[in-house]
Amino acid sequence: MIYGVALLAACYLVGQTIGELLGRWLHINSNVGGVGFAMLLLILLNQWMHQRKWITPEMEKGILFWSNLYIPVIVAMSSIQDVKAATSGGMVALLAGVIPVVLCITMLPVLMRMGNKHEEITGEHFNLPD
Amino acid sequence: MIEALHDLLVKNGFVVALLTTGIIMLASSWISSTLTNKKIPAAAIAIFAGLLLAYAGGVFTEGKKGIADISIFSGFALLGGSMLRDFTIVSTAMGARFSEIKKAGLPGIVSLFIGLSLSFFSGSVLAALMGYTDAKSMATIGAGACTFIVGPVTGAAVDASSDVIAISIAAGVAKSILVTIGTPTIAKVIGLSNPKAAIIFGGLAGTTSGVAAGLAATDPKLVPYGAITATFYTGLGCLLCPSVFYITLQWIVKIAAV
Repeated sequence: MIYGVALLAACYLVGQTIGELLGRWLHINSNVGGVGFAMLLLILLNQWMHQRKWITPEMEKGILFWSNLYIPVIVAMSSIQDVKAATSGGMVALLAGVIPVVLCITMLPVLMRMGNKHEEITGEHFNLPD
Repeated sequence: MIEALHDLLVKNGFVVALLTTGIIMLASSWISSTLTNKKIPAAAIAIFAGLLLAYAGGVFTEGKKGIADISIFSGFALLGGSMLRDFTIVSTAMGARFSEIKKAGLPGIVSLFIGLSLSFFSGSVLAALMGYTDAKSMATIGAGACTFIVGPVTGAAVDASSDVIAISIAAGVAKSILVTIGTPTIAKVIGLSNPKAAIIFGGLAGTTSGVAAGLAATDPKLVPYGAITATFYTGLGCLLCPSVFYITLQWIVKIAAV
């Protein structure tokens, strides 16, 4: 199990390092996408190791233990925020939580049509031999 | 006696935080299933409870670190700190595969980028309209409009203030609840009835807990399809929001100021 945790830790540290270096390179004095790089690394490494059957169920357990803890950690994180100061901006939170997602969902029919067009083309391809 | 117990709890602060969080999660899942008939996911209730505790901590101690300012709850600073937060978020990538996003196809990938950029920039504009006109705060609130994870990750990366980070979490939570409750009611109207639509929906909405809970209430068969794209949303958001999107936003803010 510890090997899985160590693999996760390695991806985390390498990802954070890339994010740190990218931040310096971009001169914005902050970690840029370290978490995202670490996630990409873990996805790729996990897949690569799976193909070679190097990942044991025990190792997976080590990583899944932490992924099961992510909601509780987010709960703990929200409980240490400066909410008192944020309540003055309560309306902002509500609007920023509602309006963007409504805009996004209206894009669903548009994207579906894009998908369907693709399907129609392949459908025609399949029909051609007939 | 009470003093000795107090000292013990302070000394073992991290364990106290684990127990307290477990109790919050348990109470939240009970409230979710008995009072809201699972319409509001336990995670969303628990996060709200966390925000309420943070508010109580702020009122009680006049501090800036929420409940962690109360000495017996000081362990929350570690449990909810950036190290464990980022570590657990990275671990969730185990649930995603590159081959799976390939299955989602081009519309699925496009939906991720449209979902993220539309949320981020419309959220940023809303933040500016409400008076948060600096790029750091706009980016953090815009990222919060993506998910309650992308918000604080972006906020930490661009060094936004804690109250703005709290707003971004609140925005993400509001979104998660809206998606959970709203999905079954609008599913028919927007044609959310097949795997492809669910894949696109997951990319547009993004909030994993909201999408999973919302699709479960619509049609449980659609859940894995929505989750495929939704699990990529947060990672991609953590990658894009503090980097490309933030830099673009800074540039737009500069032009708007001139």
